[in-house]
Amino acid sequence: MAKIIVVTSGKGGVGKTTTSAAISSGIAMRGHKTVVIDFDIGLRNLDIIMNCERRVVYDFVNVINGEANLRQALIKDKRAENLYILPASQTRDKDALTVEGVERILNELAADGFEYIICDSPAGIEHGAFMAMYFADMAIVVANPEVSSVRDSDRILGILQSKSRRAENGERVEECLLLTRYNPERVAKGEMLGVQDVEEILATKLLGVIPESETVLKASNQGIPVIHDIESPAGQAYSDAVSRLLGEEVEHRFMSVEQKGLFKRLFRRSA
Amino acid sequence: MSIFDYFRSAKKDTASIAKERLQIIVAHERNQRNKPDYLPKLQQELLEVIRKYVDVDQDQVEVQLDNNGNCSVLELNITLPDRV
Repeated sequence: MAKIIVVTSGKGGVGKTTTSAAISSGIAMRGHKTVVIDFDIGLRNLDIIMNCERRVVYDFVNVINGEANLRQALIKDKRAENLYILPASQTRDKDALTVEGVERILNELAADGFEYIICDSPAGIEHGAFMAMYFADMAIVVANPEVSSVRDSDRILGILQSKSRRAENGERVEECLLLTRYNPERVAKGEMLGVQDVEEILATKLLGVIPESETVLKASNQGIPVIHDIESPAGQAYSDAVSRLLGEEVEHRFMSVEQKGLFKRLFRRSA
Repeated sequence: MSIFDYFRSAKKDTASIAKERLQIIVAHERNQRNKPDYLPKLQQELLEVIRKYVDVDQDQVEVQLDNNGNCSVLELNITLPDRV
Protein backbone atom coordinates (compact mmCIF):
# COMPACT_ATOMS: atom_id res chain seq x y z
CA MET A 1 0.00 0.00 0.00
CA ALA A 2 1.26 3.44 -0.87
CA LYS A 3 1.98 5.97 1.84
CA ILE A 4 0.65 9.42 1.01
CA ILE A 5 2.65 12.26 2.51
CA VAL A 6 1.63 15.91 2.18
CA VAL A 7 4.21 18.68 2.47
CA THR A 8 2.33 21.69 3.74
CA SER A 9 2.78 24.92 5.71
CA GLY A 10 0.03 27.47 5.28
CA LYS A 11 2.47 30.29 4.77
CA GLY A 12 4.24 30.64 1.43
CA GLY A 13 7.96 30.80 0.84
CA VAL A 14 8.99 28.61 3.76
CA GLY A 15 10.42 25.81 1.62
CA LYS A 16 7.60 23.39 0.76
CA THR A 17 8.73 22.76 -2.81
CA THR A 18 12.41 22.59 -1.83
CA THR A 19 11.42 20.07 0.82
CA SER A 20 9.17 18.05 -1.50
CA ALA A 21 11.98 17.80 -4.04
CA ALA A 22 14.58 16.85 -1.44
CA ILE A 23 12.46 14.37 0.51
CA SER A 24 11.07 12.62 -2.57
CA SER A 25 14.57 12.33 -4.06
CA GLY A 26 15.90 11.01 -0.75
CA ILE A 27 13.21 8.35 -0.41
CA ALA A 28 13.68 7.26 -4.03
CA MET A 29 17.46 7.05 -3.56
CA ARG A 30 16.86 4.57 -0.75
CA GLY A 31 15.21 2.30 -3.27
CA HIS A 32 11.52 3.09 -2.89
CA LYS A 33 9.38 3.78 -5.93
CA THR A 34 8.25 7.35 -5.35
CA VAL A 35 6.16 9.98 -7.08
CA VAL A 36 6.02 13.66 -6.21
CA ILE A 37 2.89 15.58 -7.26
CA ASP A 38 2.69 19.36 -7.64
CA PHE A 39 -0.72 20.53 -6.37
CA ASP A 40 -0.05 24.21 -7.05
CA ILE A 41 -2.35 24.52 -10.06
CA GLY A 42 -1.64 27.67 -12.06
CA LEU A 43 1.68 28.30 -10.31
CA ARG A 44 3.69 25.18 -10.94
CA ASN A 45 7.23 25.24 -9.66
CA LEU A 46 8.25 21.76 -8.67
CA ASP A 47 9.27 21.12 -12.30
CA ILE A 48 11.79 23.98 -12.32
CA ILE A 49 13.20 23.01 -8.90
CA MET A 50 13.72 19.47 -10.23
CA ASN A 51 15.03 20.59 -13.61
CA CYS A 52 12.35 18.96 -15.75
CA GLU A 53 10.47 22.11 -16.80
CA ARG A 54 11.21 21.47 -20.46
CA ARG A 55 10.01 17.89 -20.32
CA VAL A 56 6.45 18.67 -19.25
CA VAL A 57 3.97 17.51 -21.89
CA TYR A 58 0.90 16.50 -19.93
CA ASP A 59 0.04 17.45 -16.37
CA PHE A 60 -1.99 16.42 -13.32
CA VAL A 61 -5.19 18.10 -14.56
CA ASN A 62 -4.89 16.44 -18.00
CA VAL A 63 -4.80 13.07 -16.25
CA ILE A 64 -7.77 13.91 -14.01
CA ASN A 65 -9.76 15.00 -17.07
CA GLY A 66 -8.81 11.89 -18.98
CA GLU A 67 -6.94 13.85 -21.67
CA ALA A 68 -3.80 11.84 -20.97
CA ASN A 69 -2.94 8.75 -18.98
CA LEU A 70 -0.56 8.62 -16.05
CA ARG A 71 2.21 7.02 -18.06
CA GLN A 72 2.17 9.96 -20.48
CA ALA A 73 2.18 12.59 -17.75
CA LEU A 74 4.72 11.15 -15.31
CA ILE A 75 8.24 12.49 -15.82
CA LYS A 76 11.08 10.20 -14.83
CA ASP A 77 13.70 11.99 -12.75
CA LYS A 78 17.16 11.99 -14.32
CA ARG A 79 19.06 11.82 -11.03
CA ALA A 80 17.20 9.47 -8.76
CA GLU A 81 16.09 6.13 -10.09
CA ASN A 82 12.59 5.18 -8.86
CA LEU A 83 11.49 8.83 -8.83
CA TYR A 84 8.71 10.30 -10.96
CA ILE A 85 7.27 13.80 -11.08
CA LEU A 86 3.66 14.67 -11.84
CA PRO A 87 3.62 18.38 -12.71
CA ALA A 88 0.80 20.81 -11.99
CA SER A 89 -1.16 22.44 -14.73
CA GLN A 90 -0.04 25.96 -15.54
CA THR A 91 -3.17 27.11 -17.34
CA ARG A 92 -6.26 25.71 -15.65
CA ASP A 93 -7.90 27.13 -12.59
CA LYS A 94 -7.48 25.24 -9.36
CA ASP A 95 -11.09 24.03 -9.24
CA ALA A 96 -10.00 21.51 -11.86
CA LEU A 97 -8.93 19.34 -8.92
CA THR A 98 -11.86 17.33 -7.60
CA VAL A 99 -11.94 14.95 -4.65
CA GLU A 100 -12.99 12.09 -6.94
CA GLY A 101 -10.39 12.94 -9.57
CA VAL A 102 -7.53 13.19 -7.09
CA GLU A 103 -8.60 9.98 -5.38
CA ARG A 104 -8.70 8.11 -8.69
CA ILE A 105 -5.15 9.24 -9.59
CA LEU A 106 -3.81 8.33 -6.14
CA ASN A 107 -5.37 4.87 -6.41
CA GLU A 108 -3.91 4.40 -9.88
CA LEU A 109 -0.45 5.37 -8.62
CA ALA A 110 -0.74 2.94 -5.71
CA ALA A 111 -1.87 0.18 -8.09
CA ASP A 112 1.13 1.01 -10.27
CA GLY A 113 3.44 0.03 -7.42
CA PHE A 114 4.36 3.42 -6.04
CA GLU A 115 5.32 3.08 -2.37
CA TYR A 116 5.45 6.77 -1.52
CA ILE A 117 3.30 9.56 -2.92
CA ILE A 118 4.54 13.02 -1.94
CA CYS A 119 2.00 15.83 -2.36
CA ASP A 120 3.56 19.28 -2.67
CA SER A 121 0.86 21.61 -1.36
CA PRO A 122 0.34 25.19 -2.51
CA ALA A 123 0.47 27.92 0.14
CA GLY A 124 -2.72 29.08 1.80
CA ILE A 125 -5.77 27.12 2.93
CA GLU A 126 -7.70 27.25 -0.33
CA HIS A 127 -8.92 24.41 -2.53
CA GLY A 128 -5.52 23.28 -3.83
CA ALA A 129 -4.03 23.05 -0.35
CA PHE A 130 -7.11 21.19 0.84
CA MET A 131 -6.87 18.71 -2.05
CA ALA A 132 -3.18 18.10 -1.32
CA MET A 133 -3.84 17.23 2.32
CA TYR A 134 -7.21 15.49 2.10
CA PHE A 135 -5.94 11.96 1.39
CA ALA A 136 -2.72 12.20 3.41
CA ASP A 137 -1.59 9.47 5.79
CA MET A 138 1.17 11.71 7.02
CA ALA A 139 1.87 15.44 6.97
CA ILE A 140 5.20 17.19 6.97
CA VAL A 141 4.51 20.69 8.24
CA VAL A 142 7.29 22.98 7.05
CA ALA A 143 7.90 26.04 9.23
CA ASN A 144 10.46 28.79 9.60
CA PRO A 145 11.43 29.92 13.11
CA GLU A 146 9.38 33.08 12.74
CA VAL A 147 6.01 34.18 14.19
CA SER A 148 3.78 34.21 11.10
CA SER A 149 5.01 30.85 9.88
CA VAL A 150 4.57 29.16 13.28
CA ARG A 151 1.09 30.59 13.68
CA ASP A 152 0.06 29.39 10.20
CA SER A 153 1.53 25.97 10.92
CA ASP A 154 -0.69 25.65 13.95
CA ARG A 155 -3.68 26.55 11.82
CA ILE A 156 -2.72 23.90 9.26
CA LEU A 157 -2.34 21.31 12.03
CA GLY A 158 -5.88 22.15 13.13
CA ILE A 159 -7.22 21.72 9.60
CA LEU A 160 -5.42 18.36 9.23
CA GLN A 161 -7.06 17.19 12.44
CA SER A 162 -10.55 18.16 11.33
CA LYS A 163 -10.87 18.29 7.54
CA SER A 164 -8.75 15.44 6.19
CA ARG A 165 -10.28 12.12 5.21
CA ARG A 166 -8.53 10.40 8.08
CA ALA A 167 -10.02 12.92 10.49
CA GLU A 168 -13.47 12.34 8.99
CA ASN A 169 -13.02 8.61 9.61
CA GLY A 170 -11.99 9.25 13.21
CA GLU A 171 -8.33 8.49 12.51
CA ARG A 172 -5.33 10.75 12.84
CA VAL A 173 -2.99 12.07 10.21
CA GLU A 174 0.54 11.41 11.42
CA GLU A 175 2.06 14.87 11.72
CA CYS A 176 5.64 15.99 11.95
CA LEU A 177 7.44 19.29 11.94
CA LEU A 178 10.31 20.28 9.67
CA LEU A 179 11.96 23.51 10.72
CA THR A 180 13.77 25.14 7.79
CA ARG A 181 16.03 28.18 7.38
CA TYR A 182 17.29 27.65 10.91
CA ASN A 183 20.15 29.83 12.04
CA PRO A 184 21.78 28.51 15.25
CA GLU A 185 23.91 31.67 15.65
CA ARG A 186 20.84 33.88 15.77
CA VAL A 187 19.09 31.45 18.10
CA ALA A 188 22.10 31.61 20.45
CA LYS A 189 21.87 35.41 20.40
CA GLY A 190 18.17 35.30 21.27
CA GLU A 191 17.20 36.76 17.92
CA MET A 192 15.41 33.70 16.57
CA LEU A 193 12.97 31.15 18.00
CA GLY A 194 14.77 27.95 18.92
CA VAL A 195 13.74 24.40 17.96
CA GLN A 196 12.50 23.70 21.50
CA ASP A 197 10.37 26.86 21.44
CA VAL A 198 8.66 25.91 18.18
CA GLU A 199 8.21 22.28 19.27
CA GLU A 200 6.67 23.45 22.52
CA ILE A 201 4.25 25.85 20.84
CA LEU A 202 3.12 23.41 18.15
CA ALA A 203 3.38 20.24 20.26
CA THR A 204 4.37 18.24 17.18
CA LYS A 205 7.06 15.63 16.69
CA LEU A 206 10.21 17.02 15.09
CA LEU A 207 11.23 15.43 11.78
CA GLY A 208 14.26 17.60 11.29
CA VAL A 209 15.94 20.97 11.32
CA ILE A 210 17.33 22.30 8.05
CA PRO A 211 19.95 24.97 8.64
CA GLU A 212 19.84 28.18 6.64
CA SER A 213 22.36 27.55 3.90
CA GLU A 214 23.61 29.19 0.72
CA THR A 215 23.59 25.79 -0.92
CA VAL A 216 19.76 25.73 -1.04
CA LEU A 217 19.64 28.64 -3.49
CA LYS A 218 22.57 27.28 -5.44
CA ALA A 219 20.76 23.97 -5.77
CA SER A 220 17.53 25.53 -6.98
CA ASN A 221 19.46 27.72 -9.43
CA GLN A 222 20.65 24.53 -11.10
CA GLY A 223 17.52 22.47 -10.63
CA ILE A 224 19.26 19.89 -8.45
CA PRO A 225 17.38 18.96 -5.27
CA VAL A 226 19.66 20.01 -2.41
CA ILE A 227 19.74 16.49 -0.95
CA HIS A 228 22.13 15.56 -3.79
CA ASP A 229 24.65 18.04 -2.36
CA ILE A 230 26.14 15.69 0.22
CA GLU A 231 28.72 18.26 1.32
CA SER A 232 26.07 20.77 2.27
CA PRO A 233 24.66 20.89 5.82
CA ALA A 234 21.18 21.43 4.35
CA GLY A 235 21.57 18.38 2.12
CA GLN A 236 22.79 16.29 5.04
CA ALA A 237 19.96 17.52 7.24
CA TYR A 238 17.41 16.51 4.58
CA SER A 239 19.09 13.13 4.30
CA ASP A 240 18.74 12.65 8.08
CA ALA A 241 15.07 13.66 7.84
CA VAL A 242 14.52 11.01 5.15
CA SER A 243 16.11 8.38 7.41
CA ARG A 244 13.77 9.36 10.25
CA LEU A 245 10.82 9.28 7.88
CA LEU A 246 11.76 5.71 6.97
CA GLY A 247 11.85 4.78 10.64
CA GLU A 248 15.53 5.05 11.49
CA GLU A 249 16.70 6.70 14.69
CA VAL A 250 19.06 9.50 13.74
CA GLU A 251 20.38 12.12 16.12
CA HIS A 252 19.53 15.72 15.23
CA ARG A 253 22.38 17.81 13.86
CA PHE A 254 23.00 21.43 12.87
CA MET A 255 20.98 22.75 15.79
CA SER A 256 23.78 24.45 17.67
CA VAL A 257 26.59 26.81 16.74
CA GLU A 258 29.41 24.93 15.10
CA GLN A 259 32.68 25.24 16.97
CA LYS A 260 35.32 25.93 14.41
CA GLY A 261 38.62 24.25 15.19
CA LEU A 262 41.92 26.05 14.84
CA PHE A 263 42.88 24.13 11.72
CA LYS A 264 39.56 24.73 10.09
CA ARG A 265 39.86 28.44 10.77
CA LEU A 266 43.36 28.63 9.33
CA PHE A 267 42.27 26.59 6.38
CA ARG A 268 39.28 28.76 5.69
CA ARG A 269 41.39 31.90 5.88
CA SER A 270 44.01 30.66 3.48
CA ALA A 271 41.49 29.16 1.07
CA MET B 1 8.23 53.92 32.54
CA SER B 2 10.99 53.94 35.11
CA ILE B 3 14.63 53.59 34.30
CA PHE B 4 14.56 50.06 35.78
CA ASP B 5 11.85 49.03 33.39
CA TYR B 6 13.92 50.31 30.54
CA PHE B 7 16.82 48.07 31.47
CA ARG B 8 14.58 45.10 32.05
CA SER B 9 12.93 45.37 28.68
CA ALA B 10 16.24 45.91 26.97
CA LYS B 11 17.47 42.66 28.45
CA LYS B 12 14.60 40.56 27.15
CA ASP B 13 15.56 39.08 23.82
CA THR B 14 13.23 39.26 20.84
CA ALA B 15 12.99 35.46 20.52
CA SER B 16 11.34 35.22 23.97
CA ILE B 17 8.91 37.97 23.00
CA ALA B 18 8.04 36.02 19.86
CA LYS B 19 7.51 32.85 21.88
CA GLU B 20 5.24 34.54 24.41
CA ARG B 21 3.15 36.22 21.71
CA LEU B 22 2.82 32.97 19.82
CA GLN B 23 1.79 30.99 22.88
CA ILE B 24 -1.02 33.45 23.55
CA ILE B 25 -2.37 33.68 20.01
CA VAL B 26 -2.07 29.96 19.34
CA ALA B 27 -3.94 29.10 22.55
CA HIS B 28 -6.65 31.60 21.64
CA GLU B 29 -7.02 30.29 18.08
CA ARG B 30 -7.10 26.65 19.22
CA ASN B 31 -9.94 27.55 21.52
CA GLN B 32 -11.86 29.10 18.63
CA ARG B 33 -11.11 26.18 16.37
CA ASN B 34 -12.74 23.58 18.60
CA LYS B 35 -16.06 25.34 18.45
CA PRO B 36 -18.59 23.86 16.04
CA ASP B 37 -19.38 25.78 12.86
CA TYR B 38 -23.05 26.18 13.78
CA LEU B 39 -22.35 28.29 16.86
CA PRO B 40 -22.57 31.78 15.27
CA LYS B 41 -25.80 30.84 13.47
CA LEU B 42 -27.25 29.35 16.64
CA GLN B 43 -26.45 32.57 18.45
CA GLN B 44 -28.11 34.61 15.71
CA GLU B 45 -31.29 32.54 15.72
CA LEU B 46 -31.52 32.49 19.49
CA LEU B 47 -31.19 36.24 19.48
CA GLU B 48 -34.10 36.54 17.05
CA VAL B 49 -36.33 34.38 19.26
CA ILE B 50 -35.41 36.31 22.39
CA ARG B 51 -36.00 39.60 20.61
CA LYS B 52 -39.61 38.61 20.01
CA TYR B 53 -40.15 38.94 23.73
CA VAL B 54 -37.41 41.14 25.13
CA ASP B 55 -35.49 44.03 23.66
CA VAL B 56 -31.87 42.89 23.72
CA ASP B 57 -28.79 43.70 21.67
CA GLN B 58 -26.46 41.30 19.85
CA ASP B 59 -23.74 41.65 22.46
CA GLN B 60 -26.11 40.95 25.33
CA VAL B 61 -26.47 37.33 24.31
CA GLU B 62 -23.49 35.11 24.86
CA VAL B 63 -23.36 31.53 23.68
CA GLN B 64 -20.54 29.40 24.93
CA LEU B 65 -19.72 25.77 24.46
CA ASP B 66 -17.45 24.13 27.03
CA ASN B 67 -16.07 20.64 26.83
CA ASN B 68 -15.65 18.77 30.08
CA GLY B 69 -14.26 15.38 29.27
CA ASN B 70 -16.92 13.51 27.32
CA CYS B 71 -19.77 15.92 28.00
CA SER B 72 -20.29 19.34 26.47
CA VAL B 73 -22.13 22.20 28.13
CA LEU B 74 -23.88 24.81 26.04
CA GLU B 75 -24.13 27.91 28.14
CA LEU B 76 -26.47 30.72 27.22
CA ASN B 77 -26.04 34.03 28.95
CA ILE B 78 -28.57 36.79 28.32
CA THR B 79 -28.32 40.16 29.95
CA LEU B 80 -31.83 41.54 30.21
CA PRO B 81 -32.29 45.30 29.98
CA ASP B 82 -32.86 47.27 33.19
CA ARG B 83 -36.43 47.55 34.25
CA VAL B 84 -37.54 51.11 33.98
